Amino acid sequence: MADLADLTIAEAGVGLRRGEFSSVDLLDAVTRRASITEAQLHAYLTLDGQGARMAAESADAAFADGKDVGPLQGIPIALKDNMCTKGVTTTASSQILAGWKPPYDATVVQRLKAAGAVLTGKTNLDEFAMGSSTENSAYGETRNPWNPNHVPGGSSGGSAATVAVGSAFGSLGSDTGGSIRQPAALCGVVGMKPTYGLVSRYGLIAFASSLDQIGPFSRSVADSAVILDAIAGWDHYDSTSIDGPVPNLAGSLETGVKGLKIGIVTELMGEGIDPQVKAAVSTTATQLASAGAELIEVSLPSSEYALSAYYLIAPAECSANLARFDGVRYGHRAQVEGTAEDMMAHSRAEGFGPEVIRRILLGTYALSAGYYDAFYGQAQRVRTLVRNDFAAAYEKVDVLISPTSPTTAFRVGERAADPIAMYYSDVCTIPSNLSGDPAISVPIGVDDAGLPIGFQIMAPALGEEILYQVASAVESMAGFTQRAALASSEVVAP
Amino acid sequence: MTNRPTTKTFSTWEAVIGIETHVELSTKSKMFCGCPANIPDEPNTACCPVCLALPGALPVPNEQAIEGIVTIGTALGCTINESSLFYRKNYFYPDLPKNYQISQYTFPVCEFGSLDVEVDGTSTTIGITRVHMEEDTGKSSHVGGGDGRIHDADHTLLDFNRAGVPLVEIVTEPDIRSPEQARAYGAELQRIMLALGVSDAKLETGSMRFDANVSVRRVGTETLGTRTETKNVNSLRSLQRAIAFEIDRQVDVLEDGGVIVQETRHWNEDTGATSSMRTKEESEDYRYFQDPDLLPLEVSVQWRDRIKASLPELPAQMRARFRGAGVDAATAEILADSPDLAGLFETAVAGGAPGKLIGNWLTGEVIAWSRREEIDVSESDLTAEHLIELATMMNDGKLSSTAGKDVLTAVMAGEGTPNEIAVARDLLQVSDEGAILEAVDTVLADNPDAVDKIAAGDSKPIGFLMGQVMRHMGGKADPTVVQQILRDRTRGE
Repeated sequence: MADLADLTIAEAGVGLRRGEFSSVDLLDAVTRRASITEAQLHAYLTLDGQGARMAAESADAAFADGKDVGPLQGIPIALKDNMCTKGVTTTASSQILAGWKPPYDATVVQRLKAAGAVLTGKTNLDEFAMGSSTENSAYGETRNPWNPNHVPGGSSGGSAATVAVGSAFGSLGSDTGGSIRQPAALCGVVGMKPTYGLVSRYGLIAFASSLDQIGPFSRSVADSAVILDAIAGWDHYDSTSIDGPVPNLAGSLETGVKGLKIGIVTELMGEGIDPQVKAAVSTTATQLASAGAELIEVSLPSSEYALSAYYLIAPAECSANLARFDGVRYGHRAQVEGTAEDMMAHSRAEGFGPEVIRRILLGTYALSAGYYDAFYGQAQRVRTLVRNDFAAAYEKVDVLISPTSPTTAFRVGERAADPIAMYYSDVCTIPSNLSGDPAISVPIGVDDAGLPIGFQIMAPALGEEILYQVASAVESMAGFTQRAALASSEVVAP
Repeated sequence: MTNRPTTKTFSTWEAVIGIETHVELSTKSKMFCGCPANIPDEPNTACCPVCLALPGALPVPNEQAIEGIVTIGTALGCTINESSLFYRKNYFYPDLPKNYQISQYTFPVCEFGSLDVEVDGTSTTIGITRVHMEEDTGKSSHVGGGDGRIHDADHTLLDFNRAGVPLVEIVTEPDIRSPEQARAYGAELQRIMLALGVSDAKLETGSMRFDANVSVRRVGTETLGTRTETKNVNSLRSLQRAIAFEIDRQVDVLEDGGVIVQETRHWNEDTGATSSMRTKEESEDYRYFQDPDLLPLEVSVQWRDRIKASLPELPAQMRARFRGAGVDAATAEILADSPDLAGLFETAVAGGAPGKLIGNWLTGEVIAWSRREEIDVSESDLTAEHLIELATMMNDGKLSSTAGKDVLTAVMAGEGTPNEIAVARDLLQVSDEGAILEAVDTVLADNPDAVDKIAAGDSKPIGFLMGQVMRHMGGKADPTVVQQILRDRTRGE
């Protein structure tokens, strides 16, 4: 019999409701899987064994009482460690928050709890979600479950890896420039960034507020919709959350793509995209056409500048968002003689890692008097152009497609010394963050090295229904069932 | 540096003054979270993840505060922008939890208003550049130093109860020309805040505070001189003094051939002087940018109109109305400045009492009693009905004006109604003509010489006869009636 840890949420849900196994059994399965894989992977920063067990037992008690709050009841789910969990250490992978226990739950955490989910623990990330490889963690990097010599992508590398390896059934990540979709692609799982404002950011430790969005990782498109459905919807505590109906997420999963107009983004299929990735994406596109979709080449001319604009806007916002980490009220406080200002400066210098400091400096510079217009102002104008490009494209097509990442998982350390090469990892994903539109990465195959390839689908704002419709079709056409090497049963603890 | 009198400098120099006023709104909750805005004494007891800037917390604007700022802007005749933007003002300070303040920059809620102020009977219109919404900081207490300032303190205590309290900033055009005008502006603005009920506007607790921008130029020149900004001005008197000092200082520097440095200066109440805090070069680059956590602030036309329609009477309107009821400008100001006195005045006058008399009583005996007894007028037994009754008794000649004042004081002390007190104290005057006529006739019969003199055209004995009649009646006759009857009787002889 297959290990319980390898089931999808849908499959696990059926078994739970048939009484074939309990939520505690599911938790035991993912915990066992974690105990085998963590030494090599380091996907988790904190495993909340006690909290998870209590939640699993109460889910089982609910089932026994005939209470069923929905498809996540009793399902072990992991959280990226930049989401606040009451009483459970939350660090954003930074020394500056070492040991910090939030006094409150993020809205998504409250909603997962209300949906009966069993929260397993907190996953590793690039410090403050700044990075594309999960190497920028103050607590050590996460490795790729398909090949531990490679990175899992980032910044939500831990959340992607747990789902790929079976140490969680699903997880939440946050996506500011591709931080859900790119690691999903590199780890061979489904990763989805919702429309900006569909999911509350309250309790998400901010990186770049106008771009950050929480979304799910899962092993199937249907599971992705189930998790999103549990966390989506207006929240009084986030002024930027959308006050309106949540799209019908699972409604069109099986309807296929016949008659849909699908745009393939020319700028994201050209230079800089690995030929194997390009070939795999083209194959899937052809399959979509065979299934009755009309395939149209679409240009997003401003996407050329999107990366540059992003690396001004995100650092600018982060320079203010991270100002609160000053050693005064919580977090790391430097032991220095001198003024309060000295203490604050030293706390920050000691507490932040080099990439975080780099981006704070970039952002501070971009907002400075005399430079604002040339940098931040110009970046905002590019952002408007990107939005306009997308709007024009959606006049012609229903969804857009592209690779998720220009390459498959790169080697650990390969881009660590070259920030620009690292930043280029997000070239395909950043435009959707700038436009605020939803996008998803679905695994479609592996390259010659056996590393997964992700296929990105983008839809207009609140177009989650059609996004999942196409994603579901891609999933079944690709028939991608291969599992990460570390997830296989032969793996033993080193 | 010599300190020459301000009056002297005005012969050749002109001051150009603008004032920035911060007003804490007395809303139920803070600007961006649900914590109480009414600051408790116990430090750090009105705080939450939002106002402590815990990781992940987000701001949600307070509708009551928006209503407050729109009310203020409307009272100041401002344009209310249908859409305005929140910005982040970035600077590091231990009592600023996020190390940025949510404020407004371009597109504030209110712009282009004005306020008329009067000094020595001359009215001047002060332009209001903008009125914008922001949040207050926490409070630092510097411990171990001599005067509570940071320089010689050995540690600092932080209280975040005030952090996030709604703060409105009101910025004037550089239209003010004298320390007296500045004070009059500050006083009038404070009155307006109290009348609107949006803030307790206490200068001593800092719920209303001023920064003064001052520059000087030669009379007749158009270009503005370099300005300084003076902070820590905690009373209307300090506002006037600090500006006067700063004008003198700047004139001295310029007359000695020096230049004014653009800087922020600190007013020291004890020394009566300003001193440099930081120069422009040392000042922060606030790196303003639009706050991505907040949507544009929308004030619908309907909301704006509803606020305008429910605006209470403003102090200037009330003073004008009181003057119309017969009191002078100074009395009108005293009455309008006190809700208790204004209320008594309005009800009494509406009940038919003469405005001048009531105004004089309220600003005279009533205030004097309240100060002497250290009891608020509202805590005394005085009601508008008492005032009406007393005024009627005066009008009917039942009380002398001296007796009237005594009765008023007794009413305040709770001795009873005016009539009860007048009866109890035997103060009622006789204005019954029959009784007075009888007394007059007796006195005239007893004093034929006086009667003759009057008949011969000498009116002096009238006073003597008045005294006799009053004595005859135990001093309780209405003197007006007595005099009238005496004249009638003697003329008729």
